[in-house]
Amino acid sequence: MEWTLSWYLSLSAALFAIGALGVLLRRNAIVVFMSIELMLNAVNVTLVAFSRAMGDPAGQMLVFFVMAVAAAEAAVGLAIVIALFRKKETVDLARFNLFRF
Amino acid sequence: MASQLFFFFFAAVAIASGIGLIVSRNPVSAALWLVLNLFCVAALYITMNARFIGVVQILVYAGAIMVLFLFVIMLLNLTALPNLQKIDWKRAVAFLLGMAVFAQLTYVLAGSLDLLPEPSMPDAASGSAATLGKELLTRYALPLEVTGVLLLVATIGAVLLARKNSSK
Repeated sequence: MEWTLSWYLSLSAALFAIGALGVLLRRNAIVVFMSIELMLNAVNVTLVAFSRAMGDPAGQMLVFFVMAVAAAEAAVGLAIVIALFRKKETVDLARFNLFRF
Repeated sequence: MASQLFFFFFAAVAIASGIGLIVSRNPVSAALWLVLNLFCVAALYITMNARFIGVVQILVYAGAIMVLFLFVIMLLNLTALPNLQKIDWKRAVAFLLGMAVFAQLTYVLAGSLDLLPEPSMPDAASGSAATLGKELLTRYALPLEVTGVLLLVATIGAVLLARKNSSK
């Protein structure tokens, strides 16, 4: 029963990279939000892995708070998506140019 | 040995479903890929002895947040949803029964070969609800309260943002 930190860190890096790729490549705002959730999860895996490696539950507490913040972020972000959809009738990120004159 | 198998299985499924999330065309299937990914990550938390975090992951992420995502996708009616295929019930029941028999056989085989993971010892970093709850209400009491305020503010903000501005 050997437990290795580096595997979990590699998995976390892979998940984070996939999430970052999703944010950069996709143009659907909702899929971009889901990719952000994926990145938050990758970070949570890192925190739990370090918490296990160091024998300190503080990392798991941090994961708890990250989850709360992620829930708040999802609620506000999806509300923004709904407001934008009311204005533009689309969720295509390439067609949002609200900050451009 | 068995824990390594668990890790590799769940890690492979997590990475595959992450890739499925960013390549799928339909936002609903992207959301379902993300649900699979979150379940795998929850299983990985449990292999790391963080049981409470694993359960909270399923409840909060796979439950609440993904329902919110799916609700918004359906509310906005982003794509014409693909036609639902008629489910072949005979085939579905056969699949479930086959998987059940396979799981039983695997369990018995693994038990007879001493491959089953023994329940891990509760150590200092044990992620049981008791340990985390004690920490949460003593050392981390102030962050807990601040998180509550944050969630309240986020709720009010979401309601204000998503409401129709008919008052103007």
